[in-house]
Amino acid sequence: MTTTQHAAAPQDADHRLLADWYETGAPADLATHLTRHGPAPLDAYPGGHGRDQLIAELERSGLRGRGGAGFPTGRKLRAVAAGGRGPVVLVNACEGEPVSGKDHALLSLAPHLVLDGAVLAAHAVAAVEIIVCLHDGDPLARPLANAVAARRTDPVPIRFQPVPRRYVASEESALVNLLNTGDARPTSKPPRPDQRGVAGRPTLVDNVETLAHLALIARYGADWFRATGTQDTPGTTLVTVTGAVREPGVREVACGTPVGTVLRLADAAADAQAVLVGGIAGAWLPLPFAARVPLAHRELADAGAALGVGALFVLPANACGVAETAHIVRYLAGESAAQCGPCVFGLPALADDLARIAGATADTGVIARLANRLAIVEGRGACRHPDGAVRVTRSALRTFATDVDRHRAGQRCVHSGQSYVPLRQGERGYR
Amino acid sequence: MTEHLRVDPIACRANGLCADLLPELVDLDEWGYPIVAGSDVPAPLRATATRAVRACPALALSLTDR
Repeated sequence: MTTTQHAAAPQDADHRLLADWYETGAPADLATHLTRHGPAPLDAYPGGHGRDQLIAELERSGLRGRGGAGFPTGRKLRAVAAGGRGPVVLVNACEGEPVSGKDHALLSLAPHLVLDGAVLAAHAVAAVEIIVCLHDGDPLARPLANAVAARRTDPVPIRFQPVPRRYVASEESALVNLLNTGDARPTSKPPRPDQRGVAGRPTLVDNVETLAHLALIARYGADWFRATGTQDTPGTTLVTVTGAVREPGVREVACGTPVGTVLRLADAAADAQAVLVGGIAGAWLPLPFAARVPLAHRELADAGAALGVGALFVLPANACGVAETAHIVRYLAGESAAQCGPCVFGLPALADDLARIAGATADTGVIARLANRLAIVEGRGACRHPDGAVRVTRSALRTFATDVDRHRAGQRCVHSGQSYVPLRQGERGYR
Repeated sequence: MTEHLRVDPIACRANGLCADLLPELVDLDEWGYPIVAGSDVPAPLRATATRAVRACPALALSLTDR
């Protein structure tokens, strides 16, 4: 058995994906990308044995998906590769999460790292096609198409699929459904996309940040990847910080960096009361408690949150967390694909309960009813959309317990009208 | 082999026949959608479960031996 020789690794431990941008402040075009990283190392993983070695390297790296679910990437590739029948790779570049901008930042600043990752993933699973899924009308479509055209040696064809701008349209089974039937709504599982996806083929759906990490692991190896980060969340992560901060934006930090360190980088308001971690379907954590929590899967889970898409929304001191959460759940209800009863009826019911609490118009049974509804809605959709609404609601009841009590004692919320979290309901359907 | 009762949440139209025919395993939520209590079907209930599966007008209920 041969061992893969890895390229000499770059030095900066915490700036990997965005290394060029941190050094030069400019997006990395193909020449810059090739100077730093060289071409995608397909030759280092020749034939069936090479493919297997690449997947083994990814498994050893401990890389977990960065699109929200955090599934181990190597295991996913292994499943798709085992399916045979000419798999398909879907590059999920939609970033439907309203408080996240990291995928777009990455696609703007290091598009060739993402494309290398897609090509290497396609090589690992012996895929016949790569399809980049991007929201309809996304201004990145043209520069990305140009980036693809500039690359002349990719062994697999790369094409683009516009995706309706709806929150659940970029869920993996929704993307597969869109490509198969033109309807971007999730489907029931099984079958999962890795079992039967685009045109019935095993389909790998990976987020763009995941693929960019994959491209670096293929070059520099699992040990290099694990040299930063934590045991269960190795590597670096992109984070998007918004809300009550003076320097909002996307940064790359080592996994395991405390939330407080990231908030300092973004110059967060000193009196901010809470952070929404992972995205709008993530979890609220109170400040200053949240500041000490490391951005890593296990530690966030222990704190009652999840890494999700690495987004941190900082809630200002004068906002009402209950009202914000009512707005979020109302938005999520409106973004339901309206296919599963518990989501269609459950999400508006949760939003109503939260709005009544914030408006101090709730009956005495509201907390018990809400607890019951949360238990009933969770896990009963074809996709995880309702589970996200349940998670953010539960976290709000914990984090803003004092506000809940105050509202229930008759004190109305003065902030219920406007939402601080930027939410814009999708305007069109799923086709 | 253990059989499992599964609801396809997209196909389900809250007709509620499953809860009528198989109250031992199926409860309805406040909107009329079935909640399956543990998905394992005990051997004595297998015939009734099969009847419930066949009765579902939306073809949303299934038994699998996975």
